[in-house]
Amino acid sequence: MHAHARTLTIAVVLAALAAVPPLAALLGQPFYLDLFRRIMIFAIAALSLNLILGYGGLVSFGHAAYLGIGAYAVGILAHHGIHNGFLQFGAAIVASAAVALVIGAVSIRTSGVYFIMITLAFTQMLFYLGISVGEYGGDDGMRLAGRTRFAGLLDLRDATPFYYFVLAILAAFLYLVHRLVNSRFGMVLRATKSNEARTRAIGFSPYLYKLAAFVIAGAMCGVAGALFVNQTAYLTPAFMNWTRSGEIMFMVILGGMSTLIGPVLGAAALLLLEDLLQSWTQHWQLILGPILVLVVLFAKRGLAGLLPGAARNE
Amino acid sequence: MAIQDPEEVTVRSAIRALCAGVVAAGLACSPAVAQQKLKIGFITTLSGPQGVIGEDMKNSVELALDNLGRKVGGLDTEVIYGDDQVKPDVGKQLADEMLKKHQVDFVAGVIWSNVLLAVAPTVTDAGKLMISTNAGPHQLAGKECNERFFSTSWQNDQTPEAMGKYMSDQGITDVYVMAPNYAAGKDMVTGFKRYFKGKIVDEVYTKLGQADYQAEISQLRAKNPKALFVFYPGGMGIQFMRQYAQAGLRQQIPLYSVYTADELSLPAVKEAALGQWETRFWSPDLQVPANEKFVAYYRKKYGKTPSFYGAQSYDGIMLIDSAVRAVKGNLKDQKGMIAAMRKANFESIRGKFTYNVNHFPIENFYLLKVVPGPGDVPQMKIEKTVFENHKDSYYKECGMKW
Amino acid sequence: MNLVLLLEQTLNGLQLGVMLFLMAAGLTLVFGIMNLVNLAHGSLYMVGAYLSVALFNLTGSYPLAVLLALAGTLAVGMIVEIVALRTLYERDHLDQVLATFGLILFFNELVAILWGRAALYTTMPAWLSGQLELFAGVRYPTYRAAIIVVGIAVAVLLWYVVTRTRLGMLIRAGASNRTMVAALGVNIRLLYTVVFGFGAALAGLAGLMAGPIYTVQPGMGEDVLIEVFVVIVIGGIGSIRGALAGALIVGMVDTLGRAFLKPVLATVLSPTAAESAGPALASMLIYLLMAAVLAVRPAGLFPARG
Repeated sequence: MHAHARTLTIAVVLAALAAVPPLAALLGQPFYLDLFRRIMIFAIAALSLNLILGYGGLVSFGHAAYLGIGAYAVGILAHHGIHNGFLQFGAAIVASAAVALVIGAVSIRTSGVYFIMITLAFTQMLFYLGISVGEYGGDDGMRLAGRTRFAGLLDLRDATPFYYFVLAILAAFLYLVHRLVNSRFGMVLRATKSNEARTRAIGFSPYLYKLAAFVIAGAMCGVAGALFVNQTAYLTPAFMNWTRSGEIMFMVILGGMSTLIGPVLGAAALLLLEDLLQSWTQHWQLILGPILVLVVLFAKRGLAGLLPGAARNE
Repeated sequence: MAIQDPEEVTVRSAIRALCAGVVAAGLACSPAVAQQKLKIGFITTLSGPQGVIGEDMKNSVELALDNLGRKVGGLDTEVIYGDDQVKPDVGKQLADEMLKKHQVDFVAGVIWSNVLLAVAPTVTDAGKLMISTNAGPHQLAGKECNERFFSTSWQNDQTPEAMGKYMSDQGITDVYVMAPNYAAGKDMVTGFKRYFKGKIVDEVYTKLGQADYQAEISQLRAKNPKALFVFYPGGMGIQFMRQYAQAGLRQQIPLYSVYTADELSLPAVKEAALGQWETRFWSPDLQVPANEKFVAYYRKKYGKTPSFYGAQSYDGIMLIDSAVRAVKGNLKDQKGMIAAMRKANFESIRGKFTYNVNHFPIENFYLLKVVPGPGDVPQMKIEKTVFENHKDSYYKECGMKW
Repeated sequence: MNLVLLLEQTLNGLQLGVMLFLMAAGLTLVFGIMNLVNLAHGSLYMVGAYLSVALFNLTGSYPLAVLLALAGTLAVGMIVEIVALRTLYERDHLDQVLATFGLILFFNELVAILWGRAALYTTMPAWLSGQLELFAGVRYPTYRAAIIVVGIAVAVLLWYVVTRTRLGMLIRAGASNRTMVAALGVNIRLLYTVVFGFGAALAGLAGLMAGPIYTVQPGMGEDVLIEVFVVIVIGGIGSIRGALAGALIVGMVDTLGRAFLKPVLATVLSPTAAESAGPALASMLIYLLMAAVLAVRPAGLFPARG
């Protein structure tokens, strides 16, 4: 019963998202296409973080780094005249996975607050590195030399096809995470989150499973970064700031950790809320701050917990 | 898990759907666009510590609107403000929102170069006019110049060029140079070195946002330079100036700077900044009738002195005013507006000036000194003119001709 | 590289380390005793700075402003603990990080509403604003020397309280086994509130000392916060000894790195390469240090438990 309700919810959300472009065109408000596309891109980033945070218990404050790496992979290739989407996205995935492997290998040896701090430190290092390297604009950043093109199939310069491309990737990743989490791999991962000692006693190596999840999450976020840079047509090291990691984390929490649809709801809620609040007052952080505190304290299951069929994922 | 009462579920789902529908309807509603209205989007930073700059710009925009009777170019005007939070992607989203949702005719503002580099192409590609009232990255002055882009400020390098020229002319040598390690910092030093022909003892780049400069101050004291040239905007400048004075170096090694001592930072450092030299295209005491009026109005309405950010924003609105007036309110005549703006035919706070081919002003640059002011807050005073009708160094890379 | 410069930079490193220690001590104490990760510690630092400026403008007396600011920050800390943080002790660290992050946003805006966004003007009494002629011709700002003295005094005071008083004994007992301490009849809630207030006062002290040299503006706490976290992670969470060691190490490495990294690099690389590599590396140095320490000792240098 509950599994069906959950699938239904996801289907409804995806259908609603698919309906945005025609609706926006009908109402003469093309801006909403951009807005929801941005929401979906962050949803993908949040989805990837949820894999390691919600299911793996890894509180990574450095996740925004992969957003930046994916963006820079595309940006640097475009700068040198390579606009082929397959190459660009391929580079984004490989680069993010590689960096995630290195950072994960060192960080996952630690735990708790130490893990949080070391992931934060790595992001800051990448951020300062990005600022210092003048070649690709430093902190001025760089304009995207040309949008990604997929060999005659798709040009990301066209707003609506781009939108559906992002939606397709979001749907695909949702499916991927669903399969991962419910596979043997996912079960071991979730076991390490709830009781690491017991997992080791059974004979699994928590370190390897966590590292694998970390790399997969990094690669997924790299794809989000590649999409992001096409969305903004501009890239800067600010993509990698630790406060942005915090934002993505909030989307995961707000939406409901360790649920499939949670990150999507969280991304939508946070970005819409920000957009709404900041048009009211310049002191919007005064309102957003306590909202976030209250959510953490009292609405632990997040928005997904409000939906019918929300089950505890144990 | 208890099975939920089916009826309850249906009711809850229905309410939820209704709420979603109301929200969607609310979002879809936008005020009917009156045909004869002028809409200007203004992007600046309103939150966080840099919000103090955005506040100054917003104040000046409001002042300009008041002086024009809330009618820019004779049309009822609405200004939509956006807070970029110092983030280029937020700036771009604001620009998208202003262009597509509010359907503004002009986008103005932008403090930061990296935000402008994301926003300006968005605006010009959408066929609308972009007026920068602060940032002046060299890309937009050179290769990426655009006929829909205008600046009412300067090109980033020009201000340090003026300081380099002044110090060179004075025969000052053995200069120690410091700036934060980011794009603007490096640009400032490049601009300085373009005109400074003396000897530079050392070039030190500090961490962006660094608070404590004691280590660097010890280093520079050991090198014993004859003068110090720095670029430390915002909070960095306040900290640096204070710590420099506390180290007792003010009397020993004269301090020359750009974008460090200004009307926003002086109230926080007060006497610690006395005797510092700056170069700028404008100062509150610049004796131009339009400026004297602007400064007087600003002081009366807000109780403090405007900064150059505000002065530039004021000019931005007046520039738009001259353009709309010239086409008699026909906002569809963009070519006409561009032609009008190129004439720079309005009362600018800097006095009469002309536009260069790349739509950046050709203007004077002055040497300013921090001197005692009324009360205990020092003020900036013009000492002499360093450059007359100074052109930026990138216009030759711009392909525009008119 | 002459000796005088090296001595001066060592003093600078010491002074920076001492400021970091004051912040780190409060944070690590709270973490060690109450197992609470408090991101809003930086906000308490900010409160200390703002209170000292406001009170100095009100009373005109520096010593009075200092005392009242300390008392004020202590009070604010205890109120925050009672109102907002009590529910967080039972939660996991992630919840604590996020909830206290929300508090940061709130405090920053509150301060902006009360005092505006512009940086405040701060000053120091005339007797602190000169320079001292120290040994070997080193001229050092008096104020900074005072900071070093105060910091060392606080370190000694903390050592005394923790090792020689009953309160300190309760703190140490609570750090190893809080249920037992509660079972023995000690009012754990009161102890927590007192400890938190203490930590807040330390942060407030750092803040009010920082006021005259750094900018006093909304968000000033966050700039310091990351460095403080790096310090306690390097030193080992929960141990004051670790906080001291970590703070001094970070202070020294950061200062000496900024001062000497570029000249040292210039001896092996070309001047232009050193020009860009030097500052870049210097800004990343403390993070590299932290990563290196954690790679070898995943729990820091002097962890509190075992």
